[in-house]
Amino acid sequence: MTSSGRVVEPPDLVSVLEPPVEPDAKHMSGFRETLHFALRNRKLVFGLSVTLAMLLLALIGPLIASHPPLEYGGKLSWAPTTKDGYWFGTTLLGQDVFSQFVTGLRLLFVVGALGGGIAAAIGMIVGFTAGYRGGLVDDILNMITNVVLVIPTFALLLVIAAYLQVRGIVTEAVFIGLTSWPWAARALRAQTFSLVSRDFVDMARMSGRGSRQIIFKEIAPNMSSYLFMMFILLFGGAVLIAATLDFIGLGPSGTISLGMMMQLSVQSAALQLHLWWWFVPPGLAIMVVVGSLYVMNVGLDEVFNPKLREL
Amino acid sequence: MSLLVDDLKVYYRTLAGDVHALDGATFSLADGEIMGLAGESGCGKSTLGNSLIRFDARMRYVGGHVTIDGTELPVWDTDAMNAFRFKTVSIVPQYAMSALNPTRKIGDLIDDLLRAHGMNPKKERPELRRRLELVGLDPAVLGLFPMELSGGMKQRTVMVISTLLNPSVLIADEITSALDVSTQKAVGETLVGFRDRGFVTSLIVITHDLSILYQIADTILIMYAGHLAEKASNETIISSPRHPYTKALISSLPEVGIRYAEKRLTGIPGTPPGLLHPPAGCRFHDRCPLASAKCLEKPPFVEVDDGHFVACWEET
Amino acid sequence: MPLLKIDNVSKVYKVGAFGGKELLAVRDVSFEVKPGEVTSLIGESGSGKSTIGKMILRLSPITRGTITLDGVDVSALKGRGLKAYYRTTQGVFQDPFSSYNPIFKADRVFNLIRSSYFSGMDTPTWQSKVAASLEAVALDPVQVLNKFPHQLSGGQLQRLLIARALLLDIEFLVADEIISMLDASTRIDVLNLLGELKERGLGIIFITHDLSLGNYISEKTVILRRGCIVEMGATEKVFGNPQHPYTKMLLASVPQLHSKWEELSPELQAQIAELAGGPEAQQQYAAADGKALPPEGETAELVEVETDHYVAAV
Repeated sequence: MTSSGRVVEPPDLVSVLEPPVEPDAKHMSGFRETLHFALRNRKLVFGLSVTLAMLLLALIGPLIASHPPLEYGGKLSWAPTTKDGYWFGTTLLGQDVFSQFVTGLRLLFVVGALGGGIAAAIGMIVGFTAGYRGGLVDDILNMITNVVLVIPTFALLLVIAAYLQVRGIVTEAVFIGLTSWPWAARALRAQTFSLVSRDFVDMARMSGRGSRQIIFKEIAPNMSSYLFMMFILLFGGAVLIAATLDFIGLGPSGTISLGMMMQLSVQSAALQLHLWWWFVPPGLAIMVVVGSLYVMNVGLDEVFNPKLREL
Repeated sequence: MSLLVDDLKVYYRTLAGDVHALDGATFSLADGEIMGLAGESGCGKSTLGNSLIRFDARMRYVGGHVTIDGTELPVWDTDAMNAFRFKTVSIVPQYAMSALNPTRKIGDLIDDLLRAHGMNPKKERPELRRRLELVGLDPAVLGLFPMELSGGMKQRTVMVISTLLNPSVLIADEITSALDVSTQKAVGETLVGFRDRGFVTSLIVITHDLSILYQIADTILIMYAGHLAEKASNETIISSPRHPYTKALISSLPEVGIRYAEKRLTGIPGTPPGLLHPPAGCRFHDRCPLASAKCLEKPPFVEVDDGHFVACWEET
Repeated sequence: MPLLKIDNVSKVYKVGAFGGKELLAVRDVSFEVKPGEVTSLIGESGSGKSTIGKMILRLSPITRGTITLDGVDVSALKGRGLKAYYRTTQGVFQDPFSSYNPIFKADRVFNLIRSSYFSGMDTPTWQSKVAASLEAVALDPVQVLNKFPHQLSGGQLQRLLIARALLLDIEFLVADEIISMLDASTRIDVLNLLGELKERGLGIIFITHDLSLGNYISEKTVILRRGCIVEMGATEKVFGNPQHPYTKMLLASVPQLHSKWEELSPELQAQIAELAGGPEAQQQYAAADGKALPPEGETAELVEVETDHYVAAV
């Protein structure tokens, strides 16, 4: 509004030369068209397959493992695998590495889903409300977001760890969820801003719709692909944070996770003792799962965003 | 002859097939001629204008020839066209004024452009300043950011940039659509001024607004659904058009002085055909009051009068 | 008879780094809208016409002044009162494709109305109501129902929005540049539709920058410049006997189909050139107000020059 030329929204220049509406063309519905592209995208297919394979392993692994994960007393193996059912060998204390591995893998998916899910939920509520309402509500929520963003989570966790002698995986996931939502809230707020100015939001208001209905029925569905991708990123992030926390000894008690495996192996000098089968599988698993999630995300971006597609 | 276009065909690639956006355009542009290219959305005017200078990733060259001053333009070859762009044929793209980089000063933008075409910005500065003054802009705009300029000023700056190397043909794509009425007039007159001063030899002005074309263009070419419908001088098109589509279009335009209570204007019922599987023959025949069985064969674009071309069986 | 009265309405935006400066988008605008009439708000960009439309539709808060419908102050309504207000007044906007949520079918706009206002109605009655509405806007139900917005043309989408408004039995319709994005051959049909609706008793506020459209369809015209009314009154009088320099300038710059710009008087040519950013006007671009605008903070009083024809004092 600063100059007297009429303000025209610069459209994406690609669509300026868009061919006209085809009234008679066979039109694939939005979902089927997305599916068509999804199945052709190599990154998406690759990432998804790897993630699903790991998930499958996590689900059936503990059922087929020969020994319970924390049981001591097996004969120490100095080889990566033995014939007694220690498919990944043993730890220095005679525990079944494979069994620990698949248990940890299960916990990885649990903490990712729960931690990522909580962060996504809080991020959505804060982001949507701030973006839709604007004004004072936006300022307050922004302040809260910034405060949570700069809290030193590590120090906070140490304090919490000092009070809670026994911590489960759920506690860990909740903690991760409560501290990793700010960036999601910021991103969603920005997206909401851009959608709120669209005319269909005004149309919904003129149809007597309240704010909450508009946010969840009009705005959020328009961002569904964005929300989906955001959840994947939060999932991956939660897994990495959990692995870090476990590695420094703040993991869940009473069970074994991948990060804890790595921690114990380092403490037991597994590297110097050449017990590589103890720490390589967990590290590799985390890398593979998070990496394939990110690759999948890049592929999803191409699927959802028509401009990135090649014809 | 400045520009000769012979049976130019350009289609768009889509998942569902080829869209026949421009299906055989043949016309010529004389030296010094300002030709208005008008039509409704989907008629192919933007495709025609843009295909003379640059094919984007989805445009597919299917056939035809474009000749400027006797030399053929290799429009299908993006790299070969580099030698001609900006120097022989130039364009003011649609929404150009909104596409100026908001974080760079106008002067820096122009210098970059000149360097990209192998020219020395310092050498061109004096001429650039002279031209800016001629269009009524203070050369100090070179030191301003795009958001400090008004719409009209930005549009005129972009026009000066596009014509800096005195191209033979300038294509102006919807340059007045986003402007206020008073600025439209100034920009339109600036365009004519370019031709009068010799900065460009001929102009193609693409717009949907026939009344502006009446003011500034010498001839008007009307397109419909990828085909050429009629070409004639501006007076003829407005007062004595011969193609049924042109006639219907002219009679649907409100003017100051016409009121609903006194004279009811009518539109054209129906919609233009889809171009994915275009109908055979004349593409206007399903909306045309004069349609007959003959119209299933495509009418040729022939000269019925001096400089007046029509593509309609009823008129030839 | 319902009357929509806009009374000394102003809109102030806070701009600048900490909201320190004020931008007066609309200044003390007053006019009336009667049913069965089209009132055009004509102005260039920055004139505030769209802002006034949004304020009438309660999509943007009013800073000063009141908007009353039959004496009831509309600007203070909330909740259920606001919902009831939308039964009387609706709007259609410029970009048909932006007015629809692209992931849903186009006729979902009808369902929104149904669930908000006609939730008790049974389906057959609702369907015949929809059919009647579509007929009133000359749309074929088979062609437009159950389709996504991108499968329909701009003209069809705009008519669908008018049909939606008609479902509510409204008294006033705000049409904000509704045909500027349509093709020339469909524009006139939608415009004629507004004419038919007006004859059936609807009061229409037609916001446009295009003088020929305003002249074609409206009974009353309000010319706006930089948020102020410069001239208003019966359309024939404003267009036939323009008094304000700005109105004269606007009429002169409109490209006509039967007369050329060269035929204008030299003073008008100069005035247009100056407003478009000639050399002197440029230097004072930020304050390029010309002679016709009052200084900041003051509004020009409207003077009645003949019956139903008011001009701002120069």
